[in-house]
Amino acid sequence: MAAADILAVRDLAVAFASDAGLAQVLDRVNLTIRRGEVMGLVGESGCGKSTLARAVLGVLPENAARIGGGRVMFDGEDLLRIGPEEMSDRVRGRRITFIPQDPYGSFNPLFSVGDQVMEIMRWKSKRRPEGERGYPRARRAADRAEAIELLRQVQIPEPEAALSKLPHEFSGGQRQRLMIAMALLPQPDLIIADEPTTALDVTIQAQILRLLRKLVKGRGISVLFTTHDMGTAHEICDRITVLYAGQEMETAPVDAFFVRPAHQYTARLLDSLPNPDREIREIGGEIPRLIDPPQGCRFHPRCAAATDICRSQRPDERAVAAGHVVRCHHPHEGARHAA
Amino acid sequence: MPTVAGLVAIVFVVSHIIPSDPAALVAGEAATPEQIAAVRKKLGFDQPMHVQLGAYFWKLMQGDMGNSLFTTRPVWDDLSGRLPATIELTLAAMAVSTLVGVPLGVVAALRRNTWLDHAVRVITVGGLAVASFWLAILLQLLFSMELGWAPLNARLQGFPPPAVTGLLTIDALIAGNLGVLGKALAHLALPTITLAVPGLATLVRFTRAGVLDVLQSGFVQYQRAMGIPWRVIVWKYVLRNALVSTVTQIGLLFGILLAGAVVVETVFDWPGIGNYAFNAIFSSDYNAIVGFTLWAGTVFILVNLLVDLAHSAIDPREARS
Amino acid sequence: MKALVFIVSRLYRDRSAFLGALIILALVVVALAAPLLVSHPDAAWAMNPQVRLRPPGGEFLFGTDRMGGDIYARVIYGARITLTIAVVAVGVSLLIGVPVGLVAGFYGHWLGEVLMRVSDIFLAVPQIVLAIAIALTLGPSIENVILALSLTYWPWFTRLVYAETQSLKNEVFIEAAMALGVPPWRIIVTHILPNVASPIIVRTSIGMGFTILTAAALGFLGLGAPPPAPEWGRMISESREHLPDAWWYALAPGLAIFLVVMGFNLLGDGLRDILDPRIRRAQHGRG
Ligand SMILES: Nc1ncnc2c1ncn2[C@@H]1O[C@H](COP(=O)(O)OP(=O)(O)O)[C@@H](O)[C@H]1O
Ligand SMILES: [Mg+2]
Repeated sequence: MAAADILAVRDLAVAFASDAGLAQVLDRVNLTIRRGEVMGLVGESGCGKSTLARAVLGVLPENAARIGGGRVMFDGEDLLRIGPEEMSDRVRGRRITFIPQDPYGSFNPLFSVGDQVMEIMRWKSKRRPEGERGYPRARRAADRAEAIELLRQVQIPEPEAALSKLPHEFSGGQRQRLMIAMALLPQPDLIIADEPTTALDVTIQAQILRLLRKLVKGRGISVLFTTHDMGTAHEICDRITVLYAGQEMETAPVDAFFVRPAHQYTARLLDSLPNPDREIREIGGEIPRLIDPPQGCRFHPRCAAATDICRSQRPDERAVAAGHVVRCHHPHEGARHAA
Repeated sequence: MPTVAGLVAIVFVVSHIIPSDPAALVAGEAATPEQIAAVRKKLGFDQPMHVQLGAYFWKLMQGDMGNSLFTTRPVWDDLSGRLPATIELTLAAMAVSTLVGVPLGVVAALRRNTWLDHAVRVITVGGLAVASFWLAILLQLLFSMELGWAPLNARLQGFPPPAVTGLLTIDALIAGNLGVLGKALAHLALPTITLAVPGLATLVRFTRAGVLDVLQSGFVQYQRAMGIPWRVIVWKYVLRNALVSTVTQIGLLFGILLAGAVVVETVFDWPGIGNYAFNAIFSSDYNAIVGFTLWAGTVFILVNLLVDLAHSAIDPREARS
Repeated sequence: MKALVFIVSRLYRDRSAFLGALIILALVVVALAAPLLVSHPDAAWAMNPQVRLRPPGGEFLFGTDRMGGDIYARVIYGARITLTIAVVAVGVSLLIGVPVGLVAGFYGHWLGEVLMRVSDIFLAVPQIVLAIAIALTLGPSIENVILALSLTYWPWFTRLVYAETQSLKNEVFIEAAMALGVPPWRIIVTHILPNVASPIIVRTSIGMGFTILTAAALGFLGLGAPPPAPEWGRMISESREHLPDAWWYALAPGLAIFLVVMGFNLLGDGLRDILDPRIRRAQHGRG
């Protein structure tokens, strides 16, 4: 892992136990995030985006999930080797924070927004000395002032009054602004945003995306941003990795990704986008069952270019341009026209 | 209130068709039929039922519950004299059920499907199935007769601490008399346990189910993803959410405890209202029966009011709407 | 029939519900086969003062009582009393409570209102208090215990059915049927009743356990079947004068009550899981 990288996921394998058997949800996935960049993780629903996010945070469901191998290198340290207590205390909420998909369900309805914001500050504020037990008045006051300032920056009207309100008194968009503020408050190195705009109105999505991008860029915070929406990814990301059925297919800077997709799957995915001057083309076939996944490249049953090697062997990484890596035996040649 | 009035009416009617003749009881064994008739007239039992009921309500509105036929004292005095014993027992049982039941339910939910959860489940299933009078006998056999740890029966008597609240344990505390406190507690222990068991089992089950439900919710996952200490998430946040439905149960619990008090007080000879009601029923003591019912119905309604208050204390959304 | 097969197969998989079903089956078998399980036909009533208060062992598995009665035989025959009381009392409560709840919930008629108020009143006071009062009014006998329990338990069914019916009434398929002019009684029988059947079945099982406990309490307080009927609650009550020496006296009847009530509760829990996945196990208490 290069010093310029904040996160490097290497060959991460995760399976879920169910009645029907073990579902191989992530198959030796690789993903790198550089310091200060917004990294998009895109893919259809169920391809494993949230699972990857949870694995990085160390909050996979204990009873069902099995980590089959790999490393999650964060700032030079393998998070998979850190014990759960330490992970919760030292990493989560402090160095890596989280913006959830559902701003409605992610607030406890019985506690004021202020209670919930200050709970984070109490444990995760930069002012907190190691192992402090209580919450001294002076620190609380300073933390509170900081929280109010951040609420102002995410454009919550009357931030002080907002703290004493209950979650249901805010709209969905405002709640997601609050969530963004809560993710920024501990001044983390990395924010994991798991489909943060999916639950919102389309009109509000763009505002929130711009706001989030502005705030993290201003602070030099890296972001892992998952979405199943190409438009959203285009709007906010610096680079994009595509995930298909638990395997990463391609990683590219955002422009190259949309203009010169190299993977058969990516190209088909972009073709399927609604586009004023082209008809929507559905990708044929179905997402594979993960309990008994296809061997080799998991996309091969749906791929027009598939050959025998695709059915037996997972392709290695192949660079097609600077910073543009694809895992395909038969990468797509040439650039797409008009994007 | 209409519920209580209806309740009184029903019990009044039911208790007045008890076939034994209270006038004969009151008049004594040697009474002549004329004497009995005179007593009956004096007590108003010769009137038609609806007249009697009307007269009862009329007096009730003036704060008069009539006299007990058995103790010959005003029912109000009888009830209020026995009230502290029942309150002490009921509150103690309530406290035990809540203070043991709620944490046990939380822990069972957190340790779901471990041996601890299974053990708790066995205990609660058993607690709901055991007949309280049988449990009382088992406890007496073991702790009073065999081990001699707890007195067999009744409430502590003699040298009471100065009465302030009427609750012996509290009064002993106020008086700073630890010796009396210990004795009062020893007397209180077995009836309390007996009375507490079914309520405790109910609370454990509700709390466990509630906590399991809340643990699934998005805000718990969010706080976990943000690295808030697990104990804070559980005991500060999850518990409050789970308590919303548990509080309703604590209210209903009071009904269980009132019902249980009739049996438990009888078994342990506890000089409270449940015992009084039982004796009243056996001696066809109309006014006492109706008085008890009135009391029980009123308490039930008061408790439901308290539950509503507790709800708005726990759930700020209710307080503001 | 298919539904029954489904329920039975699911019950079989749920260990604790299966245990509950086994206990109840055992109760039924014991009650039916009581004469075959005791040494001679009169064993439950025979008094042999010369063997009074014998500890368990030898000839008397659970010991003897104050009259020299064989506690084992009395507990066996007590199963008949218990089962009869529970089945008839809960049956009568069903017969009163379900139609009242259906009618009140569906029509919301003034009569329905009145009936619901009446059931409120019954629910506002501990069942056992009312049951004691009624049982006393009528005098101690099994029939009167049954009557007292039926008269005080029906409101539970009414409440349940009423609430379910009210919420069903606003469902699209019911409204559609009404708009089509299907007569109300047919809607009740063909649409509403099948939909409230599940909670009724669950409540019935739980109610059996509850009724057995209350009946035993009445027996204990001296309001049940008069002696020498082998009634479990009364046997426990008798034992109190002979403690601690005759420690075994209350043991078998108490255990019998415990097991049987637990059986119905376990079965009720299991049925609830199977029939109503919305409600989790454990979401109920006593009563
Ligand atoms: N707790 C779980 N138990 C079993 N399977 C799970 C669990 N969570 C997710 N999965 C499975 O893992 C796969 C990936 O899920 P997820 O990571 O949520 O996808 P995404 O976020 O991309 O929509 C899905 O097939 C899903 O069914
Ligand atoms: Mg997801």
